[in-house]
Amino acid sequence: MVPQDFHGVFSRGMAWDRAGAMDLVVDTLAVARGGLTVLEGVSFTLAPGQALVLRGPNGVGKTTLLRTLAGLQPAVSGTISVPPESLTYAAHADGLKAVLTVEENLQFWAAIHGVGGVADAMAQMNLSDLRARRAANLSAGQKRRLGLARLLVTGRAIWVLDEPTVSLDAASVALFAGVVRAHLAGGGMVLIATHIDLGLDEAQVLDLTPFKARVAALSDGFDEAFA
Amino acid sequence: MMALLLRDLRLAFRAGGGFGLGLAFFLLVAVLVPLGVGPEPATLAKIAPGILWVGALLACLLSLDRIFALDFEDGSLDLLATSPIPLEGVVAVKAFAHWLVTGLPLTVAAPVLGVLLNLAGQGYLWLVVSLAAGTPALSVIGAFGAALTVGVKRGGLLVSLLVLPLYVPTLIFGAEVVKRGATGAEVQVPLLLLAGITAGAVAFLPFAAAAALRVNLR
Repeated sequence: MVPQDFHGVFSRGMAWDRAGAMDLVVDTLAVARGGLTVLEGVSFTLAPGQALVLRGPNGVGKTTLLRTLAGLQPAVSGTISVPPESLTYAAHADGLKAVLTVEENLQFWAAIHGVGGVADAMAQMNLSDLRARRAANLSAGQKRRLGLARLLVTGRAIWVLDEPTVSLDAASVALFAGVVRAHLAGGGMVLIATHIDLGLDEAQVLDLTPFKARVAALSDGFDEAFA
Repeated sequence: MMALLLRDLRLAFRAGGGFGLGLAFFLLVAVLVPLGVGPEPATLAKIAPGILWVGALLACLLSLDRIFALDFEDGSLDLLATSPIPLEGVVAVKAFAHWLVTGLPLTVAAPVLGVLLNLAGQGYLWLVVSLAAGTPALSVIGAFGAALTVGVKRGGLLVSLLVLPLYVPTLIFGAEVVKRGATGAEVQVPLLLLAGITAGAVAFLPFAAAAALRVNLR
């Protein structure tokens, strides 16, 4: 096990010394789920304005990789270098409070990140008409749109998205693809794990199947609940 | 951090938020104990400090598992962990919100319930002082217990078992302050020890709880 100081890269600002300091650079990364290495040797670089779509069958380790990148769990080996405080994560759970309204939910995350733009975020995700409705009374797709609108009020450049389009209808997927495109045009970076086609033709695609760790390959289908 | 505190308070006061749960429990204890023990004023006055403190402690215990479990279930905790606020700050703010919703109302309500238990006249001041000094420790220690069990489904029982032994010193010194205060004895030593426990818990446990959360979020 190579000890890897994720926050050390942030705080000492080592990434800033190199060319392309704003990039997300992942080098021979290995990640583990439940103590078992699922992916190894994953390397890629994401520069401002680029999107990367992660693909792979259920259980290959897409979520594990994204959680590792978000700093929620340590890597087994390899390095991740990102600019400090630049990354935000959106997973299956939207982090919404059922008793708060759409607007209150967004205002909370905006205040946490110290940025504004709540009204703009609601407009972009087509939520303005629902602003006073409590999250408990939203449909699954509307909740998802609210969860994705949260990305817009974080002010972070790198979006790490885990299956962002679950329960969205075709129109909402197109709406979200437009939001992602606008974010990329503004110098943002997007990393998406998804099974469906978002219609982002400019995005690079990384199939994770070749990076499957050998131990995991033996116990195929070990725990698909975490896919 | 202010936003997190305001959100937690707002959630607590809205429907199903759990505000009043601890207070109602405290009220029930104070009302039911005289009915169970019998109405002799001398007996009640003797057990009042202990009963009031045990009631306050158990009332605090009731809502502990909600501190982090709800945020863990809906994914907010993951998002807070990747937000600009350090996890230590998240723990401290959430423990403070828990105290504002549980410990503070208990402290305010305790003198009224002291009447039901025939607490001696000079004990009321020390009841309020000891609860004000001791309940913050209950919330912070509870937040630590809740952080340890955050991934466990229905972790309430486990939190209680983990936290109860840690609550014992607070209970002993808290009840001792009231007992001595009610009889007009010197309260300085138990009160200082009680305040010391609170200060120590507030200073160290947010860091321990944040470390526990980091492990549980993996």
